[in-house]
Amino acid sequence: MKLDNLIKMANQIGAFFEAMPDRAQAVKDVAKHLMNTWDPRMREQLLASLGTEEEGKLKPLVRDALATLGRSESGR
Amino acid sequence: MNAYVKACGETDFGTPQKVPEGTQSAGAGGLCMSGTPLRGQATAILEIDGVSVTVPAGTSLMRAAAEAGVMVPRLCATDSLEAFGSCRLCLVEIEGRRGFPASCTTPAEAGMKVRTQSPQLAKLRRNVMELYISDHPLDCLTCSANGNCELQTMAGVVGLRDVRYGMTGVNHFTDSVTDDSNPYFSFDPGKCIVCNRCVRACEEQQGTFALTISGRGFESRVAAGQSESFMNSECVSCGACVNVCPTATLMEKTVIDKGQAEHSVITTCAYCGVGCGFRAEMQGSDVVRMVPWKDGRANEGHACVKGRFAWGYATHPDRVTKPMIRAKITDPWCEVSWEEALRHTASEFRRIQAKHGRNSIGGIVSSRCTNEEGYLVQKLVRAAFGNNNVDTCARVCHSPTGYGLKQTLGESAGTQTFKSVEKSDVIVVIGANPSDGHPVFASRLKRRVREGAQLIVIDPREIDLVNSPHIKAAHHLKLKPGTNVAVLSAMAHVIVTEGLLDEDFIAERCEDKAFADWREFVVRPTNSPEALEGASGVPAAEVRGAARLYARAGNGAIYYGLGVTEHSQGSTAVIAIANLAMATGNVGREGVGVNPLRGQNNVQGSCDMGSFPHELPGYRHVSDTLTRELFERDWGVVIQPEPGLRIPNMLDAALDGSFLGLYCQGEDPAQSDPNTTHVTAALAAMECVVVQDLFLNETAKYAHVFLPGASFLEKDGTFTNAERRISRVRRVMTPLTGMADWEVTMALSKALGYEMHYAHPSEIMDEIGRLTPTFAGVNYEKLDAAGSLQWPCNDDAPEGTPTMHVGQFVRGKGRFLITQYVPTDEKITRRFPLLLTTGRVLSQYNVGAQTRRTANADFYGADLLEIHPHDAEERGIRDGDRVGVESRVGSTTLPVSITERVQPGVVYTTFHFPESGANVVTTDNSDWATNCPEYKVTAVQVSRLVGA
Repeated sequence: MKLDNLIKMANQIGAFFEAMPDRAQAVKDVAKHLMNTWDPRMREQLLASLGTEEEGKLKPLVRDALATLGRSESGR
Repeated sequence: MNAYVKACGETDFGTPQKVPEGTQSAGAGGLCMSGTPLRGQATAILEIDGVSVTVPAGTSLMRAAAEAGVMVPRLCATDSLEAFGSCRLCLVEIEGRRGFPASCTTPAEAGMKVRTQSPQLAKLRRNVMELYISDHPLDCLTCSANGNCELQTMAGVVGLRDVRYGMTGVNHFTDSVTDDSNPYFSFDPGKCIVCNRCVRACEEQQGTFALTISGRGFESRVAAGQSESFMNSECVSCGACVNVCPTATLMEKTVIDKGQAEHSVITTCAYCGVGCGFRAEMQGSDVVRMVPWKDGRANEGHACVKGRFAWGYATHPDRVTKPMIRAKITDPWCEVSWEEALRHTASEFRRIQAKHGRNSIGGIVSSRCTNEEGYLVQKLVRAAFGNNNVDTCARVCHSPTGYGLKQTLGESAGTQTFKSVEKSDVIVVIGANPSDGHPVFASRLKRRVREGAQLIVIDPREIDLVNSPHIKAAHHLKLKPGTNVAVLSAMAHVIVTEGLLDEDFIAERCEDKAFADWREFVVRPTNSPEALEGASGVPAAEVRGAARLYARAGNGAIYYGLGVTEHSQGSTAVIAIANLAMATGNVGREGVGVNPLRGQNNVQGSCDMGSFPHELPGYRHVSDTLTRELFERDWGVVIQPEPGLRIPNMLDAALDGSFLGLYCQGEDPAQSDPNTTHVTAALAAMECVVVQDLFLNETAKYAHVFLPGASFLEKDGTFTNAERRISRVRRVMTPLTGMADWEVTMALSKALGYEMHYAHPSEIMDEIGRLTPTFAGVNYEKLDAAGSLQWPCNDDAPEGTPTMHVGQFVRGKGRFLITQYVPTDEKITRRFPLLLTTGRVLSQYNVGAQTRRTANADFYGADLLEIHPHDAEERGIRDGDRVGVESRVGSTTLPVSITERVQPGVVYTTFHFPESGANVVTTDNSDWATNCPEYKVTAVQVSRLVGA
């Protein structure tokens, strides 16, 4: 799938949750949304963008959420 | 023969039933013999022909008599309309009173002693009938109403034997010309007795006011519009007038052609999410006509032009009835047996999985098919395909409803019955056009507004409800497309800052912390109507006025449609709507609530049945181990714990080569999904596309296997409408293909090596009930007994749940969520300066596969682009010109209608005709939470075509 599209979709999710007052909770909520509604191959592709040039296109909230996801996915 | 399959013929009670507060009439159909409504809470005990009867005070004597089993003769009275008192046939005698009052307009009082039969009454009635018959043709044996003519019946009842005035009346029938302009019914004024039923039905039931009585006395004539033909008048062809006509004056052309039916079957309409009950009147397996079912709770005897008349597609010559396969999409189709088609499909799917992995194939559940069929397709995907790559066409319409309402209220469904609107004081309609999309509900809504309820319309376009006969919206917030969240948040700002919150409701029913966060958010000056006026285009004073009206409503109800959900912030807008309802205490009783108007007949049901890739039936997440184990035990398979691909993800994955096989039942993504070029490229990239449909639709152009589908007339099952009402669909004719859709899915599953064992869809529903707590009390026996059931239906609510969240939200405490307005990425520029938004018209339905194959095409034969006069003039466009419409993803051409319905800067079109290519220009921008496409906002340029 096109990474740009996945980044756009993830940032849209981030845009909703970044209005929440509790940032730590917002990070969890973004991660939960991705876990609950995205096919694993989409998550994996997005996760793979961390540490690459593409990471800069992600909203910080999404980046942080992905980081927590990365930890939990690797622990599966 | 059971209560739902019976010989034709109905009883008319004469006047409507007066229903005591808080109760609903029940029953399984049959002829209405009461004639007028029941009324009120207090009761009156009276005596009719020596029989004691107790009725609600205010009930007509005619109705009271009917309740006592006494049928009073009448012509102008019928129980679906208010009494009129014109025919003078229903006269009665009341002990101690002088004269002969009309029983239809005389209210029952305690202690009355009424006689419906006496020598004097008989003489009077015979005299009245003599006058009618003296001016009525006596071609009874060749008349289309023969066998179902109330005039004929009443002439028999009153014992008419002689007509002293002769039978050559010169008024109605000697100079009359039949109006055959309407494709579905004919109007023969020669047979009219001027009972006014048709005029009253158009007013009371439909609310269109298209008919009137022109002239006076002997010159009285029913007239459509300004004495125009029916086709040229405002008539919307709902058929209400035809339904109540006591003679052959207004008659279905199918009855004229075929004659009266000999039996009927109660079933449910397969068009929109209202889910009207219908009596299919049959001659053998041939449908004669579809008559709205009085005991259908969703419609209560009303219908629209689609359900009432547009069913001929079921036997259209375009129907494909044999399975077909081909190796490449460029090859011609080859007819094969069912066995070969299914064996080939299974072989192809297994080949693809062997090569590309288990997750390389998937299925699409149709919101047009039954619950049982939807359940089977998702079971096929989860059990036989072994993955969760199942989605439904609800993805592209109401998936944000599921998300938004689950997050806030705790259940992915609307909160009310349709009837609830009768108790609303203020009705908010957002992003919906019920007069066209959900016409039978619109009629209920309009009736309530005529009774005095206030109406707020939030829509970029001036829909009919804004200003129509006897209807005027108190506020029309004519917002720019894509700014729903801004307007809804601004309304919330007004409600909070002006002290209009229902503090007690919130304190008792909602989460404290979530409410406090939300409150802090909405009071910010950036959320004020003044601050958001620039974005939304709605004057702040209008927003303030609408917010105050809704908050002070008493009973405030919100109805919304795809103009809310099909946005990049579709889910946010649904959440904002729920926030408003909670903030004002408008949840949990009749007359209020949050009401999604579902587009297709079974959108609610297909979602309920677990057709989303992340949820098993009953909206339980696939990651939930206990739920998964429940299904695994029952199905004998392992279910994957991760979500599968949604439809847009499947298409993306097809283009990257990881998704190569699709079973698509009753859905046409090549026409209905956005960015057609992208969709068709994805379909073309797949190795095995299986389309199951009635017709070779646009998607079938990219298919390798075509499995012919069955229409709703050909199968048993259930549909669930927008009010969570589960209604039976009953087979009235044998499937033209030899198999109902559920049988095809079962056969495909068997070919894949996973055998399912059901002898009848009732057994599928039994399994659904066994595995789904909200459906635990649903089975066919109970549905037959109750007529329909609204889920949740289980031990806690054995009779179903008409109103949700009574006393407590399903999730416990209601949850406010912050709804920050985020402008869509689809912005206007100098190159694309207009915003295109889409919708549908009354006579056509979605991609038009059905309605285009009926005479509904006479009403609307091509998609039009509506453009404001200012924008048209700037471009040198004249009404009727064909124009080019270009967006960032594609271009098409459309004929133009210049109208002030749309605001400057906005254009609008429908998407019923594939040749118009409306979705060639829509983008794949989508809702943040659900990927529901943003059909409602596309930046475009419109240009006059050279030479046009």
